[in-house]
Amino acid sequence: MTKEELIQSENLVYKKPRLLNDTTMHYCPGCSHSLVHKLVAEIIEEMNIEGDTIGICPVGCAVFAYRYIDIDWLEAAHGRAPALASAVKRMWPDHLVFTYQGDGDLACIGTGETIHALNRGENITVIFINNAIYGMTGGQMAPTTLMGMKTSTCPYGRQADLHGYPLQITDIAATLPGTCYVTRQSVHTVANISKAKKAIRKAFENSMNHKGASFVEIVSTCSAGWKMTPDKANQWMEENMFKNYPLGDLKNE
Amino acid sequence: MGRMRGVIVVDEERCKGCRLCIPACKLGLLDLTSKKVNRKGYPYVQQTNWEECNGCTSCAIVCPDGCITVYRKKTEE
Ligand code: SF4
Ligand code: SF4
Repeated sequence: MTKEELIQSENLVYKKPRLLNDTTMHYCPGCSHSLVHKLVAEIIEEMNIEGDTIGICPVGCAVFAYRYIDIDWLEAAHGRAPALASAVKRMWPDHLVFTYQGDGDLACIGTGETIHALNRGENITVIFINNAIYGMTGGQMAPTTLMGMKTSTCPYGRQADLHGYPLQITDIAATLPGTCYVTRQSVHTVANISKAKKAIRKAFENSMNHKGASFVEIVSTCSAGWKMTPDKANQWMEENMFKNYPLGDLKNE
Repeated sequence: MGRMRGVIVVDEERCKGCRLCIPACKLGLLDLTSKKVNRKGYPYVQQTNWEECNGCTSCAIVCPDGCITVYRKKTEE
């Protein structure tokens, strides 16, 4: 059998989702953001709701998400994505409305908006990319930076007396009565990608069925900020991030 | 006895040479170009021995940028 005989549309088993634009994503090689974008595009395509979906972009590395997934988007002020999503969902209750935010946007400048939108039980999905560092601005310490972890603003490692502790925002989300589904996933292996995809799909379905707020944390890598190759970053994440941010459902109602 | 035959097509201009797909292929069929780079300056992934590929799609699933398309067919060989 020749390559040409095999490369026929009837033999196609995997390709880039149609909703993921041909525009090259600006993310660094191996970035978890790219993979989560791919999953979001796949899920919206499979749910067949591309015309009824409104995403809310954050400020941070994912600020240009609207260039990459072919759905309607709004750009929020820094940290305000859950507030904007609340308004949009109330105006368009039959639409899927989700935010896509990093740890700086969601767990630092936007902590108030995050907690209150979740606590009000807004029928939205919050996708939270936690790579424990500020990627876009040059690798500064984030609220979720691990103890002892080195960043450009804590070059000797995060210390409790100077910097306090990693903020467990996902655990907080699970305690709020307004949330119906809170889960922590990763996208570094085939099996984890499949679980993360199911989790995001479930969150989207909850939002469409008006079950309350769904919160999906993706424990992620930032190979540029962590100063490692993407492969090494995955390994470092397994060895260090998962201890502080263990994978699994925190709440599923 | 038939077997699954597969082949991948890499979008060479989209590939960023991150290498994540390389260990994902349990048959070790992938490697980066050693002398050539794409227009963005990245070496890109190639299938070194496509005859062995079974079209399992692992490499394509872990590629963050969606650069890999997979074709698969059962053959009678
Ligand atoms: S489809 Fe599977 S066997 Fe073929 S190159 Fe990719 S990972 Fe390897
Ligand atoms: S995972 Fe994708 S972007 Fe990375 S080297 Fe492989 S094909 Fe290229």
